[in-house]
Amino acid sequence: MILVWLILIPFIGGLLSWQADRWGEKAPRWIALATMVVVLGLTLVLWWQGDYQLLVPGSEAGGSAWALEWRVPWIARFGIDIHLALDGLSLVLIGLTGFLGVLAVLCSWKEIVQRIGFFHLNLLFILGGVVGVFLAIDLFLFFVFWEMMLVPMYFLIALWGHSGSEGKTRIRAAVKFFIYTQASGLLMLVAILALVFVHHAATGEYSFSYGDLLDTPLSDELAMVLMLGFFLAFAVKLPVVPLHGWLPDAHAQAPTAGSVDLAGILLKTGAYGMLRFALPLFPEASQSFAPIAMALGVVGVFYGAVLACGQRDLKRLIAYTSISHMGFVLIGIYSGSTLALQGVVVLMVAHAFSAAGLFILSGQIYERLHTRDMEKMGGLWGRLGSLPAFTLCFVAASLGMPGTANFIGEFMVLFGTFPVAPWTVAIASGGLVLSAIYSLILMQRVHFGPAQGEGRFRDLDWREYTMMLGILALVLFFGLYPQPLLDTTDEVMAGVQGLFSAAGPGVTAFVSGGGR
Amino acid sequence: MLTRLHLFALSPFILVCATAVTVMLGIAWRRQHTVTALVSALGLNLALVALWLVWRTGEVPTLLLVFDNVAVFATLLILVSALACVTLSHAYLDGYPGPREEFYLLLLCAAAGAMVLVASRHLATVFFGLELLSMPLYGMLAYTYRDAHSLEAGIKYLILSAAASAFLLFGMALLYSQTGRLDFPGVAAGFAAGAWALAGAGLMLVGLGFKLSLVPFHLWTPDVYQGGPGPAIAFLATASKLAVFVVLMRLVMEIPAFRADWLPGLLAALAIVTMLAGNLLALLQSNLKRLLGYSSIAHFGYLLVALVVADGLALETAGVYLITYLVATLGAFGVVTLLSSPYSGDDASALHHYRGLFWHRPYLAAVLTITLLSLAGIPFTAGFIGKFYILMLGVEAERWWLVAAIIVGSVIGLYYYLRVMVTLYLVEPGMMRRDAPSDWGMHAGGLVVLGLALLVLLLGVYPAPMIDWMAGMTLFAG
Repeated sequence: MILVWLILIPFIGGLLSWQADRWGEKAPRWIALATMVVVLGLTLVLWWQGDYQLLVPGSEAGGSAWALEWRVPWIARFGIDIHLALDGLSLVLIGLTGFLGVLAVLCSWKEIVQRIGFFHLNLLFILGGVVGVFLAIDLFLFFVFWEMMLVPMYFLIALWGHSGSEGKTRIRAAVKFFIYTQASGLLMLVAILALVFVHHAATGEYSFSYGDLLDTPLSDELAMVLMLGFFLAFAVKLPVVPLHGWLPDAHAQAPTAGSVDLAGILLKTGAYGMLRFALPLFPEASQSFAPIAMALGVVGVFYGAVLACGQRDLKRLIAYTSISHMGFVLIGIYSGSTLALQGVVVLMVAHAFSAAGLFILSGQIYERLHTRDMEKMGGLWGRLGSLPAFTLCFVAASLGMPGTANFIGEFMVLFGTFPVAPWTVAIASGGLVLSAIYSLILMQRVHFGPAQGEGRFRDLDWREYTMMLGILALVLFFGLYPQPLLDTTDEVMAGVQGLFSAAGPGVTAFVSGGGR
Repeated sequence: MLTRLHLFALSPFILVCATAVTVMLGIAWRRQHTVTALVSALGLNLALVALWLVWRTGEVPTLLLVFDNVAVFATLLILVSALACVTLSHAYLDGYPGPREEFYLLLLCAAAGAMVLVASRHLATVFFGLELLSMPLYGMLAYTYRDAHSLEAGIKYLILSAAASAFLLFGMALLYSQTGRLDFPGVAAGFAAGAWALAGAGLMLVGLGFKLSLVPFHLWTPDVYQGGPGPAIAFLATASKLAVFVVLMRLVMEIPAFRADWLPGLLAALAIVTMLAGNLLALLQSNLKRLLGYSSIAHFGYLLVALVVADGLALETAGVYLITYLVATLGAFGVVTLLSSPYSGDDASALHHYRGLFWHRPYLAAVLTITLLSLAGIPFTAGFIGKFYILMLGVEAERWWLVAAIIVGSVIGLYYYLRVMVTLYLVEPGMMRRDAPSDWGMHAGGLVVLGLALLVLLLGVYPAPMIDWMAGMTLFAG
C-alpha cells in the first residue's frame, strides 16, 4: 500500500497547494515542500528497511523478484492491473525524484511569483507521474503515467517559462516537447498492443503484465520492430541524438524548477524505460541492435559536447551537456556488462545532481542579472558572493573530476564497456576532452574575464546556500563512497545483464564470464 | 402484427413524441419558458425510465424497428445528450428576445428522429428517421435568425442535407432494384455482387457521409458549427452524428453489399483522409466552435476504423469511442454555451474570448481543459480509453496504414488542443466580450457541465464498468 501512497501523495499535495492559493502565497510553497519531503522520507524509510542486496541472486527474469508489490485488477477485460512494484533501481530513482522535487520547490521560492498555487499543482503532478512511471510494471499503467506527466510539464514550460531569443516563444518550446514525446509515445503504445496481441495469440488471454509478457515468443523480425517502437519512445526522452530536437528549447525556456525536473528526472525515465522494458522484453533484438545504439551514443557524446561549446545561452549550454552525458548512459546500457550497467545508475544519479545544481545556479544568476546570455556576463567572480565557487564545483563534477560521482559513473561505464566494444570506448573517451573544454568555456565566459559592470550582486541567501551545499555534499559523497548505491541496484542490474547476455553469443558472454 | 410487447418496446419513443405534442399544446395555450423546459426535461427523463424497462426485457424485433442492445445503448446516449441540450438551452435562451419555447419542440422532434434512426432495420425507417432528425435541426440551427451567421448555418445545412438525402434515396433505390427488398435482412439475403448494388451501397455511404461530415463531404461543417446557436450545435455534434453513425454501423455490419469488393477500401481511404484533413484544417482555426467542428470531423475519421474492420472488437470499440466522444463534446460545447448565455448576439467563440478564462472562472476553464484533454486522448480522461480502443482495433486487424494515420492525426490534433488549453491560462488581458453569470455553477446548466467533466475523469480512471457493458454489445441477428 505504501507504493500507492508514494504516487498519491504528490497528487493530493498538488491539489492542496492549488487550493491553498487563497491563504496567501506562502501556503502553497510550504505544502508542496512538505509533500516532497514526505515522499523523500518514505523512500528513505523503504531503503532503510528493505534489503535490496539479498534478493534471490541470479533470478532469471531480470527483476521478477520485487522487494514490494501491490496489485489490484483495473480493467479485467484486457487483463490490465494496477500493478506497482519496487526494486532497487526504482527505489534509487524515486529517491532521486523526491530529492529533486524538494529542490524544485525550493529553487522556485523566489522565482515564481505569479499563479503560485497552480504552479505547484503542475510541479507536483509531474513528480507524481514520474513516481508512477518508476513504479508501474503493468504496461498499460506505465504508458498512462508516461503520457500523463507531459501535460503538467507542458503547462509548466508554457506558462512560467522564459521566452527565448529570435521569436522562440516558450509556448513553441512546450508544444515541441509535447509533440515529440507524444508521437513517440503513441508508437510505443502500438508496440505494446502488438506485443499483447502476440501474447494473446500464444496463450489465449490478454495481459499487460510485465511478468507475463517477458516470455512472449516472438519471431526475430517482429521482436526487432517492437523493440524499435519501445526504443524510439525512450530515445526521445533520453534523448538520443537524431531525436533530441525538443531538448535544448525545452530546457532553456522552462522555469528553473522545470529544467531541474527535466534534466534530473524526466531524462532518466528514458534510461529507466530501456533498462526495465526495452532490454528485458526483447533481449535478442536489443543484442543485435546494440552496436547501432552504442554508435548513436558516441554520436550523442560528441554532438552534445561540440554544440555545448558554441552556445551563448547559459541554460542551452547546460542542456547540450546533458545530451553528451546521456550518450554515455546509452553506451553503458547497451554494453551488456554488469559493471557498465552499474555505472549507468551512478552516472544517472550523478548527472541528476550536477545538472540540477548547474540549472539552479543559472536560475540564480538569472534572478540577479536578468539575462542568460553569456556575452553579457563575465567577470562575475568576486561580484556574486559564493555563487561562482559553487559553479566551479558543479562544473568540475560535470566534467567528471575524480572525487565526484560523475567520475565514478563515467569510469565504470567506459571500463565495463571496454571488453565488449574497445573502439567505441576509445572514441567516446575523446568526448571527455570536449567536456573539459565546454566546462572551461562556461567558467571563463561567465565568471572570469573582463567584468561587464561595477558593483556587487546580492549574495546567496541561506535557502540558496543550503540547497547548493546539500547537492554538493551528495555529489562528493557518492563520488567517494558509491557503494550504497551499487549495493541497492546490484541485483537488478545483474538480472538485466543476465537476460541480455543469455540472448547473445560471443562477446558479452565472455565479459560476464569474468574476462578470461 | 403489433403486439403489446411491441408497444412497450416503443414506449421511450412514444413518450418523447408525447412530450413534443404536450409542449406544442402548451405553447398554443400560454408561453412559459421555464415550464416548457421543465416539461421537456421531465418527458426525456420518463423516456429514460421507460428505456431502462425496455432494456430489462431484452431484444424486441419488429418489422421496421429492432430494439436490440445497440439500439438501447444509442437511445440512452441520445436521451442523455437531449437532456443536456435542454438544460443548456434554458440558460442560453433566457436572453433571447424572440419566441423561446419552440426550440424545445424542435429538439424533442429531432431526438425522436434520432431514436428511430438507431433502431431502424428497414430502409424506409432509415429515411424516415433521418428526415425527422434533420428537419428540426434546420430550424434549431437558424433559430436565432436575426443573426446572419445562424441563418447562414441553417440554410447551408438545409441545402447540403437535401443533397445528401437525394444521394441516400438514389442509393436505396438501386439496392431495391437489385434485391427487391427494403428490410435489412432481406437486402442482405438478396444481395448478389454487381455493379449496381455496389453503386447503391456507395451512394448511401455518400449520403450518410454528408451527415457525418466525412472528408470530402465535410464542407458545411465549419460554417454550420460556427454560426449555429450553442445548444443546437451541441445536439448536432453529439446526438445527430451518433445516430447516423449507428445506422451506418448497422448497414455495414448487416448488409454484405457494404463490405463487398472495393467498398472496404473506400471506407479505409475515407477514414484516413478524414482523420488527416480534419486535424490539419483544425490547425488554422482561431474560432473555438469551428475548431471543434474540425475536431469532430477527425473523431469520426477515427470511428470509421471500427467500420473498416467491422468484426472482432469493432462493435465494442465503436461503443466505447462514441461514449467518450459524446461526453467530452457535450462538455466542451456546454462551456461554450454557458459563456454565451444568456443569449445576446453572436456566441463567444473566438479564441481570444477565452484568453485568461482560468483566472476569473477557474472551474469553467478546468472543465474545458478536461474535455479538451479527453478529445486529445490524454490518459486519465475518457478520451484516452477511446483512443486506446481504436489503436487496439487497428493493431489487432493489422491495418498498419490506419494505425499510422491515427498516430499522425492524434499528434497534429494535440497541437491545436494544446493551443486552446494554454490560451485559457494566459494572464495577458483578453478581450472578454462575454462572460458566464457569476453564479453559473448553481444553475442546472452549470451542474450538467460539471457533471460531464467529472464523468470524463471517472471514465478515464475507472473504465471497467463501461468496458464490460460494451463488451456485451451485440447486434440483433436475423
